[in-house]
Amino acid sequence: MVAIPSRHKSLVLLAGVVIVQVLFLAVQIKRDSQGRLIRSWTVEAISPFERTGAWGFGRVRSIWSHYFALQNTSRENESLRRENSALKLQVEELGSKAAEADRLALLINFRQLNHNVPMLGARVIGASADTASETIFLDRGARDGIRRNMAVITPDGVVGKVIEAFPNSAQVLLLTDKDSGVGAMLADSRVQSPVGGTGEPLLAMKYVANDDTVNLGERVVTSGMDRIFPKDLPVGTIAEIKPGNPFKLIRVRPAANLARLEEVIVLLTLRPLELHKEPEPAASDSAEKAAPEQPTTAKP
Amino acid sequence: MINDTFDLRSAESHIEVHKFRTGAVAAATVFSLVVQALLPVYFPKADILDLPLLITIYFGLSRRNPSTGLLLGMVIGLLQDSLSKSPLGLYGIAKTIIGYTASSIGARLDTEHPAARFALTAVFFGLHQGVIVLIKRLLLAQPEAWFTARLGIAAGANAIVAVFLFLLLDQLRKSS
Repeated sequence: MVAIPSRHKSLVLLAGVVIVQVLFLAVQIKRDSQGRLIRSWTVEAISPFERTGAWGFGRVRSIWSHYFALQNTSRENESLRRENSALKLQVEELGSKAAEADRLALLINFRQLNHNVPMLGARVIGASADTASETIFLDRGARDGIRRNMAVITPDGVVGKVIEAFPNSAQVLLLTDKDSGVGAMLADSRVQSPVGGTGEPLLAMKYVANDDTVNLGERVVTSGMDRIFPKDLPVGTIAEIKPGNPFKLIRVRPAANLARLEEVIVLLTLRPLELHKEPEPAASDSAEKAAPEQPTTAKP
Repeated sequence: MINDTFDLRSAESHIEVHKFRTGAVAAATVFSLVVQALLPVYFPKADILDLPLLITIYFGLSRRNPSTGLLLGMVIGLLQDSLSKSPLGLYGIAKTIIGYTASSIGARLDTEHPAARFALTAVFFGLHQGVIVLIKRLLLAQPEAWFTARLGIAAGANAIVAVFLFLLLDQLRKSS
């Protein structure tokens, strides 16, 4: 309630009384041509407000409807965004599942091709807690038949070997670890040389003489001489070659994506295995026959 | 604003606010209306007098309360309208304004002197007539002259009558 100063109350009262009487007066007066004055006044007084009100109402209704339209659009947009996000997640999930299915299909295919080899599929559940070592943990352990020094592979290539078997999990030393190594050979020239980790993404092929011919991109496979990994499993490809003394400095890019492992295969045997060999070119066969055997250089 | 009001009251404290005997205002109002209605019957020239207006001015100046003054003016004006053929509100509006104005002026000026009463009554008569003309022109579509000689004579006559009437009405005051 607005407080009216006492000295103005009478003025307000005066205005009110006069207005009331003016209205009272207007009610009584009837003009011949315009009817009752109060009606004429009312119409003249109200019509501008009606016009303004009609204009304002139209504007407000327009704005209101547009507001609701925009609000609905905004809500719809938000809903579509949520749906889009959900669909993206679904697509990613499906893509992930598809990739997983592909990987599992490869594993199944690998297992079917090597049905005589005891192997176990395992899921990677963890990685090394420190940055100095390259290890992973599997969801399968000693109760599943996993033992130390068992080979861990993927259909793409060598991953590493089991260094510790727990009842329900196992620790795997990756091929990229500095203490890791595998008996390998060049797939084309059949030149054998152990391949070991360097602590970096690329592996090192350590004992290739400067006289030996090595080409970039050439495949490196297991030699089977370490008695851990079956022969001719993919290890990687030659990524870098530098002359050295007395051996070339060769870097190998791992065949398996060791940085993003999700499922692996553990070969459940400590005996030398003969995996299914894919058909190779005749040149490779002749080169393989020419290449001498090398002792295993895989580290424990 | 409160301080302003206080200061105003302090400055006007020397002006006496008169109180009247019980029923004096009502009796004076009725008396003025009756005389105003009867006098022209017997004395046609007496129609220039506006006794209800004089009553409104007097009590406004004496009571010095704008609210009371305007309400009294409204009542007297509406009664006057009721006793005439003019639409209700014509004199009501005019006397409401006069009652308010007289009360406001009475609160600031000493209106006890006969000369002051004469002058104020003449002015209020002119104002009253001006409001009526304005209302007739604006509201009733009745063109009427703002000022005529008759109106001037009427203002003087009412002012003279007011001087004596007010002296009579002073007798209705309560002795302080």
